[in-house]
Amino acid sequence: MMKKKFFALMMAMVMVLSLAACGGDSGTTDTPDSTDAPENTGTEATGAAFKLGGTGPLTGGAAIYGNAAKNGAQIAVDEINAMGGIQFELKYEDDTHDAEKAVNAYNALKDWGMQISLGSVTSKPCEATSAETYADRVFALTPSASSTGTIEGKDNMFQMCFMDPNQGTASAQYIADKGLGAKIAVIWKNDDPYSKGIHDTFIAKAAELGLQVVSDTTFADGNDTDFSVQLSDAQSNGADLVFLPMYYQPASLILAQANSKGYTPKWFGVDGMDGILTMDGFDTALAEGVMLLTPFNADSTDERTAAFVAKYQEQFGEIPNQFAADAYDCVYAYKQALEAAGATPDMSAEELCDLMIAQFTSMTFDGLTGESMTWDASGAVSKSPKGMVIENGAYVGLD
Amino acid sequence: MKALKLNKTTRRNYLTYALVILAYAILQIMGSTGSLSSSLKGMLVPICAYVVMAVSLNLTVGVLGELSLGHAGFMSVGAFTGVTVAVALQDAIPAAPVRMVIALIVGAAFAALAGFLIGIPVLRLNGDYLAIVTLAFGEIIKSIFNNLYVGVDAGGLHMSLLSDKTNLADGGRLIIGGPMGIGGIQKISTFTAGFLLVMVTLVIVFHLVNSRAGRAIMAIRDNRIAAESVGVNITKYKMMAFVTSAALAGSSGVLFAMNYSTIVANKFDFNTSILVLVFVVLGGLGNMLGSIIAAAALTILPEALRQFSDYRMLVYAIVLILVMLATNNPTFKAFFSRFKPGNRSGKEAA
Amino acid sequence: MTFLNFLISGISLGSIYAIIALGYTMVYGIAKMLNFAHGDVIMVGSYICFFAVSRYEMPLLAGVVLAMAVCTVLGIVVERLAYKPLRQAPSLAVLITAIGVSYFLQNAAQLLWTSSPKVFPNAFVIKSVDSQGVETVKTGIQLFDGQLNISYVTLVTIAACVIIMAGLTLFTTYTKMGKAMRACSEDKGAAQLMGINVNGTISMTFAIGSALAAIAGVLLCSAYPTLVPTTGSMPGIKAFTAAVFGGIGSIPGALLGGILLGIIQIFTQAYISTQLADAVVFAVLIVVLLVKPAGLLGKQIREKV
Repeated sequence: MMKKKFFALMMAMVMVLSLAACGGDSGTTDTPDSTDAPENTGTEATGAAFKLGGTGPLTGGAAIYGNAAKNGAQIAVDEINAMGGIQFELKYEDDTHDAEKAVNAYNALKDWGMQISLGSVTSKPCEATSAETYADRVFALTPSASSTGTIEGKDNMFQMCFMDPNQGTASAQYIADKGLGAKIAVIWKNDDPYSKGIHDTFIAKAAELGLQVVSDTTFADGNDTDFSVQLSDAQSNGADLVFLPMYYQPASLILAQANSKGYTPKWFGVDGMDGILTMDGFDTALAEGVMLLTPFNADSTDERTAAFVAKYQEQFGEIPNQFAADAYDCVYAYKQALEAAGATPDMSAEELCDLMIAQFTSMTFDGLTGESMTWDASGAVSKSPKGMVIENGAYVGLD
Repeated sequence: MKALKLNKTTRRNYLTYALVILAYAILQIMGSTGSLSSSLKGMLVPICAYVVMAVSLNLTVGVLGELSLGHAGFMSVGAFTGVTVAVALQDAIPAAPVRMVIALIVGAAFAALAGFLIGIPVLRLNGDYLAIVTLAFGEIIKSIFNNLYVGVDAGGLHMSLLSDKTNLADGGRLIIGGPMGIGGIQKISTFTAGFLLVMVTLVIVFHLVNSRAGRAIMAIRDNRIAAESVGVNITKYKMMAFVTSAALAGSSGVLFAMNYSTIVANKFDFNTSILVLVFVVLGGLGNMLGSIIAAAALTILPEALRQFSDYRMLVYAIVLILVMLATNNPTFKAFFSRFKPGNRSGKEAA
Repeated sequence: MTFLNFLISGISLGSIYAIIALGYTMVYGIAKMLNFAHGDVIMVGSYICFFAVSRYEMPLLAGVVLAMAVCTVLGIVVERLAYKPLRQAPSLAVLITAIGVSYFLQNAAQLLWTSSPKVFPNAFVIKSVDSQGVETVKTGIQLFDGQLNISYVTLVTIAACVIIMAGLTLFTTYTKMGKAMRACSEDKGAAQLMGINVNGTISMTFAIGSALAAIAGVLLCSAYPTLVPTTGSMPGIKAFTAAVFGGIGSIPGALLGGILLGIIQIFTQAYISTQLADAVVFAVLIVVLLVKPAGLLGKQIREKV
């Protein structure tokens, strides 16, 4: 009996300790004018900074996207803080690409005193956190959560990226307009809402435009290494264009395997394909001729983009992808909106929410991922995707 | 002797009830005085769901003595069926608590059905082979829900597999959208509902374990051949424990899903099954109070470690290994075996 | 012809499962534990080889040897620190510790090598320069006017698989250490009484299993070249399934189970449905286990009353 109590006591202590740690966080940071700066921002909180928070997968299988967004936002915050004027304090919490953890991360940010939110980086977690931000009246602008469910029915949830269905229709429209392919194959990831969302609208639009989809195959987590079946299906059905609505990791495998099979159709990707050229060790010759619609191009000669890419490389040793650029734009969009609204850091999240809704639905924003972007009341962004083709290992604008 | 032993078990059960009620009361008071952080408040319902999962898996692993690596599959069945019902009844039954109860019951019933169907083949196997088959079923359930489309309109529920062929009439609503899972769920899970579910789970499990059936189940665990030789119907009692465990996991799934606005099939994968298994083993096989504490502590731990930022999950892994080493060290082990009925020699605890 | 192509893809995928499964089955046979960290040792091995080959420009063979050395040391250290103190504990406790080790390795890898994917160089190519000085790179053998395509990686993997299997079989049958391993797997207590150092034998098993993991990692990443900190986990689960499929603890069983699993997966995708591939693969597994409850080549142990 004694020893049993000892065990229970030990476990209880673990619990109390963890509770204390949770409570401790909230105790010190409940108020927005708290003076202790979180160590990961690198900025000096003077009590005059807007507390900007976001969740994203910083660990686990999707960590690349979360870390890119976090780093991109960090660069923007550092730049803006250095300018004087509006100040930000940025905090990213890990959600491991999971809705449950995302809500936990959001609550941790709430305890920290977050005033405006960068939502979540990936779609499903963002659908979960957007329900929370909606209920709590915290304004949120997600860099990259692109599903319709993210913004549906929420007046204070905005997106910096295209919505998935728009990408699907835009891609089909583009292929039809340019007459890129007569017979089209689609390979998509059937346990991924992003891939699924683009696939469905692409198929619908393709049917409407009279494009012929001859092969429609899928893969999923766990069988995402061997694509011989999908490629054979496309090849035997005579597809001359393969549409790949997916992220660049599986796409790089598909390109490599098609190459070793000697199958050379035209490849058409979506914004998730961005990043393929900068993969460590990737043979860019494999991606030669790949077309994609993407809002961001790290090789652009545009001055701001070049400066951003240089800074990112210097700080993080990698070339930024679209997620980083979207997050960077989010912070600048916030800066513009906050300035225009005359907001001050002592306002509550609720007050800021109303101001931001008014600003975002009326303003025009120029960023790395698009010129003269506008938002409608639903929270969807309107910007035009750039058609790109990969030539000699670099993006070149189509048209 | 016998009376004394029974008395001890009963005492332990009452202690478990008392501690759960006490925890609920304290948290409620803290919540009403506003001294609870948002972070902890947000975790109350998932903690309840994981507690129910841990207790129900403990019934399979600790009491029945069969390793299951696919328990999240039952959670998934419960979550998807329960939420579907809740959404379909949204207009018919406006009262959220009633809808919640119906969803819980439906979720549990479907999970029990799944448990029964899976149990028929699974329970013929033993040890690691049983474990791998439960893993396989967990993956199959995940794969099916990733390809299942369910919609509701005036004409009732429509279902299709592989692609959306539900052809809903105007005003219809697609509930399960394949890999998109369920979105826009009304969050009707509350901490009180979670607490009540934990209590119901404990009542069911304790009554089962302390009944004639429970003793038969434990006899199978301790020595199947001996149990069979004295006339215990192995299949029946194994199935009884397995189906009860599945039903409880299903209701936990409903509670969990209704706490978030969105749920996807991939959430209930192998990793979630493993996570729950960690709760059970850490809390002690057959020790329900241990499972409850372990589930709560290990759900809070990763959140409490947020201050370590990048090193968070690394610290979590180290804590997990150290706790396992500490609790299974030979010197500690001697007295652990006294109150962990499931802690038997390695041969049986496969 | 497409059928043959699919068969080859299946064998190619399966031989990689098989080589991972060999590591699982070795450790299980002797230590009676499911080493869930095995997949992550594979990942570590791949990273070591990746950095050796593409950063320090070592030849592939040197990279493999280095990866094997690092993984062997890692395997022994993990075994000493995390598994050995639990030798007397119930096997479930060790299982959970193994999961802890798996989390640890994944997160440590992410901190060390970041989460951005690395593309593993395909070293199994034959380069030739023709008279005009144009370099051509061949990645495989083309038969029947290019209708049938077998990549060198596949050939190497299958060869490696067979060699390792044969080597392990010979090792466990004829050497003193191998006999000690078999003795330990039969009955630890009796083995100890015969003067076998049981702890040493188990450590040795982990060392061999980890060295195999390094080879498996290199082959896995040569065939499917993206490398991230979670690379090992899914193939690890599949290989574990394969090991059980073939009869866990049986060395030829791991080979057979792995290759069959690969073929079933590809054929399901090709002839049934790409969307339900996983479901069908696991359903086949269940059916096989119901017919042969100890796996294809596992020993059916009769219960003594």
